[in-house]
Amino acid sequence: MFVPHTDAEREEMLKAIGVERIEDLFTDVPEDYRFPYLGLPGGLTEMEIMAELQEIAAANSSTREMACFLGAGAYNHYIPAAVDAIIRRGEFLTAYTPYQPEVSQGTLQAIFEYQSMIAALTGMEVSNASHYDGATAAAEAVVMAYHHFRGKRGKVVLSPGVHPQYRAVIRTYMQGYAGFQIAGDHEPGCDPLSGPETLLPMIDANTSLVLVQYPDFFGRLYDYTALAQAAHEAGALLAVAVNPLSLGLLKPPGEFGADIVVGEGQSLGIPLSFGGPYLGLFATRKEYVRRLAGRLVGETVDNAGRRAYVLTLTAREQHIRREKATSNICTNQGLIALTATVYMSLLGKHGLRQVAELCYHKAHYAAEKINAIPGFSVCMDRPFFHEFVVCCPMPASRLNDRLIDHGIIGGYDLQQDYPALENRMLIAVTEMNTRDEIDHLAEALSEVSHA
Amino acid sequence: MPEPTIYELSVEGRMGVRFPEPDVPRAPLPDGLVREHFHFPQVSEVDVVRHFTHLSTLNYGIDSGMYPLGSCTMKYNPKVNEEAARLPGFAFVHPLQPIDTVQGSLLLMYQLQEMLKEIGGFEGVSLQPAAGAHGELTGVLIIRAYHCSRGDTRRTRIIIPDSAHGTNPATSAMAGFEVVNVRTDSRGNVDLEALRALCDDRLAGLMLTNPNTLGLFDQNILDVVDAVHEAGGLVYGDGANMNALLGIARPGDLGIDVMHFNLHKTFSTPHGGGGPGSGPVGVSGALVDFLPGPIVKIVEEGGEDLPPLYGLVMPEHSIGRVKSFFGHFGMMVRAFTYIAMNGAEGLRSVAEHAVLNANYLLARIKDVYHLPYPRTCMHEFVVEGQWKDAPDVHALDISKRLMDYNFHPPTNYFPLIVHEALMIEPTETENKETLDRFADALLKIAQEAHEDPSLLKSAPHHTPVGRVDEVKAARDLVLCCWTPDQA
Repeated sequence: MFVPHTDAEREEMLKAIGVERIEDLFTDVPEDYRFPYLGLPGGLTEMEIMAELQEIAAANSSTREMACFLGAGAYNHYIPAAVDAIIRRGEFLTAYTPYQPEVSQGTLQAIFEYQSMIAALTGMEVSNASHYDGATAAAEAVVMAYHHFRGKRGKVVLSPGVHPQYRAVIRTYMQGYAGFQIAGDHEPGCDPLSGPETLLPMIDANTSLVLVQYPDFFGRLYDYTALAQAAHEAGALLAVAVNPLSLGLLKPPGEFGADIVVGEGQSLGIPLSFGGPYLGLFATRKEYVRRLAGRLVGETVDNAGRRAYVLTLTAREQHIRREKATSNICTNQGLIALTATVYMSLLGKHGLRQVAELCYHKAHYAAEKINAIPGFSVCMDRPFFHEFVVCCPMPASRLNDRLIDHGIIGGYDLQQDYPALENRMLIAVTEMNTRDEIDHLAEALSEVSHA
Repeated sequence: MPEPTIYELSVEGRMGVRFPEPDVPRAPLPDGLVREHFHFPQVSEVDVVRHFTHLSTLNYGIDSGMYPLGSCTMKYNPKVNEEAARLPGFAFVHPLQPIDTVQGSLLLMYQLQEMLKEIGGFEGVSLQPAAGAHGELTGVLIIRAYHCSRGDTRRTRIIIPDSAHGTNPATSAMAGFEVVNVRTDSRGNVDLEALRALCDDRLAGLMLTNPNTLGLFDQNILDVVDAVHEAGGLVYGDGANMNALLGIARPGDLGIDVMHFNLHKTFSTPHGGGGPGSGPVGVSGALVDFLPGPIVKIVEEGGEDLPPLYGLVMPEHSIGRVKSFFGHFGMMVRAFTYIAMNGAEGLRSVAEHAVLNANYLLARIKDVYHLPYPRTCMHEFVVEGQWKDAPDVHALDISKRLMDYNFHPPTNYFPLIVHEALMIEPTETENKETLDRFADALLKIAQEAHEDPSLLKSAPHHTPVGRVDEVKAARDLVLCCWTPDQA
């Protein structure tokens, strides 16, 4: 399909190599296993595959057809047209990791600008070039803290308000680490909705890292200054997982005293795309830069003294340090980091604040409307950003099934991850939800719960 | 002219996008939690578009020309892939929607799982890993879980050939294993005697790239696999070089127990200047219950007019999640498109022509560039980038000079076992004229190296910047457009 050779060229090339047939090039492959039958359908033309894909895609219901109130770590936002126009340019799209700086200044400068904006947004000094997603960035923070204390502090204090999937990925990553233990999110009788103050007594001399989320998984906002102080007094580090869009409005974790900020960057202009590819954010203080995993771009000059950019501190990385590297990460999320860079540039200081405020005001309007429905109540005693917990008169999943018929994708059923949170739904509201949609949701909730 | 940074372009009060005014009452903002300082760019839409368009012109991609970067499989990325992933039914679907509203996504993932099983000869596939190295971590954790499930906890070592990618040892260490190296023999295969001496009851597994990073298919592959299996270990296959094996051999048939695929190498999804990749993992029957999840399964068989119902299922002894949601779905759509367009015959043709192109290029240059392991290569080969009679010229100089001929350089200084390595992978999508031009450039550069080495030492001459000062970058450590006093 994408092989350009003509028969005549093939013959000429085989002759130059000195073999008769292409098959002669594969004699090192054990004969019994050579050229296996592959049970795959016959190849399709572009026209045929696009028709087939359109049919497959049509079997999904998209947020373009439905009103979406589902978040829980992935959010439906408006993406300005200029974002896709830039990231589709072949010079960005089809380049490799910028190992050869002389022909990669475009990618390198874009990553440098990404690092700068993420540092500004989070209130940190250094950002890497990206991680796979919020969950893996959180896991790398745990790995980094473990190595920072040379494995001598085996405990991580994990808030139950950290995304359940991030906590699951941390457990997966750490299963081979001797003496590693997690406190905080699974204690018997632990109230999933408890605040950061319940973590304080768990922080001790064996703690390497305290990890919280901001806004937390339930949408709530806490000032983590006291928690940072407690962590630092015990000699531990504080990591905060963020939704970067909210930081257009909110005080950044750097001001709380966070040592590491991780997060899911999907809200920065990246389509929902059924869960990926997204963008892992990882920022920290300069003193920890040599423990940082992943790529870093630094400013320098070329041989004529012109400003130029290059991958730097590569001695941390797997292709140099092999088994002593800070992480095995190689390919990360280059193009998605570029997407976020273009999005952040377009919105800028004022646009990001404006969109964050829209989310905030609309979510508070929705919370008030839903709280007024008989049988429903918003169970939030804290300030929240654009997501909130609703106590429902029946299981959230049952409500959601019925909301579909009203053209609504309902909120997240919290009982899936927190058995104690029966009949609780996590509702997300963004700038994409109009007042009419919110009113329609409130009416539909009232109707389906009484049906 | 260097392009200013986005911060340098910023003017107070400028905006690139405006959003509607709120159509709801404004709620009071949270006390003490609103940010006061925000050092962020303020630019218009046209500023942004011109800035990034200019930056793009400083880059070289596959769309610009041949990109023979060894071990990276820089083949042409079909444009239809981009259309496919942007279909609204794929691009605008939330991963946590009710299962019956995402049957299209699940069907595509199920079919891709089946395709990869068939291509690799595996019994199960998880699409969750985000990239090759992430697939490696997944695979090694599966090996660990398998041994632990049998109460076999003494197996603490992973053997890795000295030709391996750096990700292999880094992965093993990250999963808590001790790394033991095994050498390469004079033919470019794993040294069987050395391997056998290392195979004991401490062995958890071997991480093997085949074809290896010399571009050579291990001639003793069946003996290598047997030696590891006899000692009770498992064999991890690094699928980075799978482009050479499509329809040629199935790793699962050769006894590989677990392997990652690189959708962004073998199956044409774009590299994007460093990702996103996608690194699905395939496993043998004994390991399917350990796969990370959830994975897609048919949860209700279909009837005559009724399609089956697809669902997300966690394997019984799963190592757990390795990522949020289900992996890089957008990359899965692209790879599915590519595999469906090729079919079985097309895929075999891909591998055949990747190998044909590499051997043709090798035939054209091997009298001038020393080939340390003189054998028929697979999809790539490694030559030495230095000559005894031109000792000042290094592989790096040759790489930089190639830029002046408008080619992307090959991988240099890897694998570590070849002196001044130049690792060249042309891929199947380059035509004969391009290969000839590339070979001509390499031959011309060899001549220049002997006649006028300064031409190479000072190269490149025609790129947006000249050689950059890497030492200064690491010493001064400027990682940000602004300094703290500006914030």
